[in-house]
Amino acid sequence: MSNANQFNRRDFIKFAGAAGALVVSKSGFARATKPPIGRVVVIGGGYAGATVAKYLRLWSLGSIEVVVVEPNSQFVSCPLSNLVLGGSKSINDLTFGYDALKSNHGIKWVQDTVTAIDASAKKVTMLRGELSYDRLVVAPGVDFNYDSLPMLVSVEAQQQIPHAWKAGWQTVSLRKQLEAMPDGGVFVMNVPKAPYRCPPGPYERACQVASYFKAHKPKSKVIVLDANSEIISKKGLFTKVFNETYAGIVDYRPDNAITNVDVATKTVSTDFDKIKADVLNVIPPQRAGKIAQIANLTEKDYPWCDINFLTYESKLVPNVHVLGDSVAAGLPKSAHMATNQAKVCANAIVQLFAGQAPDPAPVFANTCYSYVTDKSAMHVANVYRYDEGKKIMVSAEGGGVSISPSEKEGAYAVAWAQNIWADTLT
Amino acid sequence: MKPINNTYFKIAWFKNSASLALLLTTSVCMPLIGNAAEVSAFSDVQNIHIRQLAASCAACHGTQGNSVAVIGDDGANAVLAGMAPAEFTEKMLGFKDGSRKATVMHHHAKGLTVDEINQLAVHFSQQKRVVTTALKSQILKADHE
Repeated sequence: MSNANQFNRRDFIKFAGAAGALVVSKSGFARATKPPIGRVVVIGGGYAGATVAKYLRLWSLGSIEVVVVEPNSQFVSCPLSNLVLGGSKSINDLTFGYDALKSNHGIKWVQDTVTAIDASAKKVTMLRGELSYDRLVVAPGVDFNYDSLPMLVSVEAQQQIPHAWKAGWQTVSLRKQLEAMPDGGVFVMNVPKAPYRCPPGPYERACQVASYFKAHKPKSKVIVLDANSEIISKKGLFTKVFNETYAGIVDYRPDNAITNVDVATKTVSTDFDKIKADVLNVIPPQRAGKIAQIANLTEKDYPWCDINFLTYESKLVPNVHVLGDSVAAGLPKSAHMATNQAKVCANAIVQLFAGQAPDPAPVFANTCYSYVTDKSAMHVANVYRYDEGKKIMVSAEGGGVSISPSEKEGAYAVAWAQNIWADTLT
Repeated sequence: MKPINNTYFKIAWFKNSASLALLLTTSVCMPLIGNAAEVSAFSDVQNIHIRQLAASCAACHGTQGNSVAVIGDDGANAVLAGMAPAEFTEKMLGFKDGSRKATVMHHHAKGLTVDEINQLAVHFSQQKRVVTTALKSQILKADHE
């Protein structure tokens, strides 16, 4: 009981008008008769943020107060969003609300943007208010680094040349450009230097656009400019698909980082090529989400967040945990990975509030599907376990990829999406 | 419910206030977390290890093994909640040693220890089977990024 004071020595949100309006669910009301043992504020309502919020409530049996701060009112899934470019899915198939998540678990929700973190006062500042916390979880996804491509910073430039690497209106915009492009046109896209969100994603995107061209605009081309020296995920499988299924359509060029873009003419330059595109998609280099940089959760020379893999607590700032794509890890920045990290973190935070040690040896699995046509997909799957010597998550033996893409795995990929959406958002 | 609109509330800081003192006095007399059973569940390291590993399966098999999308033809993305431990163990050990045909699961089963498979079998057998449906999607709003 000696820890009780520290759990309650925190500040309160007071509502003008309706005190207690934050308590949103039946279970929330039932629990509200007991004071919470602490408050966790979660920045970001993506796969990682939504999952950590849910599992903190579940595994603390409702005794930890959880407040999520997220600027968007809807969740749009990046997984499957390349199918919007291929034309077999609509963005409206991938868009969900947060209502079920909030009401099922009594999660408090603030639609706002966090602008600052004061770790010594345990306080976050938003555009329209402040929140105090006992522990903070930062799950902001990735931020685009336009240092090398300053001509693409503006909204206007991105209307011409979308990144479409955060699913939403840019995905829709890129699809519309592909639909409007005449047959015989050239689609140029890039792969940024790793690490970036979703390692196989750009190659899947090339396949999706090629699949659309093959069916509807067979004289058109897909040129892939890769800043890396080779395909960095599912290499053998993608190479085969590029060379066989999309022979004559996909032109893959490794070691070909974009050095300049002329927005008006959609012309890209690399050290080797200068190409005028009809439709141009530039996926900028990436770094930890903006708030992670502002809050000094990253080092100057390395733009990702170093964390303790048992708790996901920052190595730089105490009581602040980081999840998802912002984490510095030799692991794929995938949705399944983000949810796994969130569950290890939720487990650890519940233990820490109870004055107990976290699990000393977490284990989790990652399954990632990529669609190569409108129906066929292929996977990479691995178990990861904590290595006590290296103090990181390492790949267990026995993982691997599909023998070849198949429609059967295409169906599995849909089932994966439906299950991870339900797990994350209900 | 609609998201909380921050223009409707202000933040007040109550450090050293009478309200805080009252709350502290009250709360030290109350149990820290629910009842004793709940507290002991938290501190059981093996229990928390397996619940997190089991939760990792949710991406394909649903929350606590209640899959919302079982693939009819071959039973992939199976419901694990309430599965008999013997059935779970037999299938997983078959995936692990290669005697059972798999598309994806061998890549997971080979990475798990026999002990972990046995504990997952017990864990999933204890989960309540609930009928679940896929989440309904929405029309993307204009104000989304």
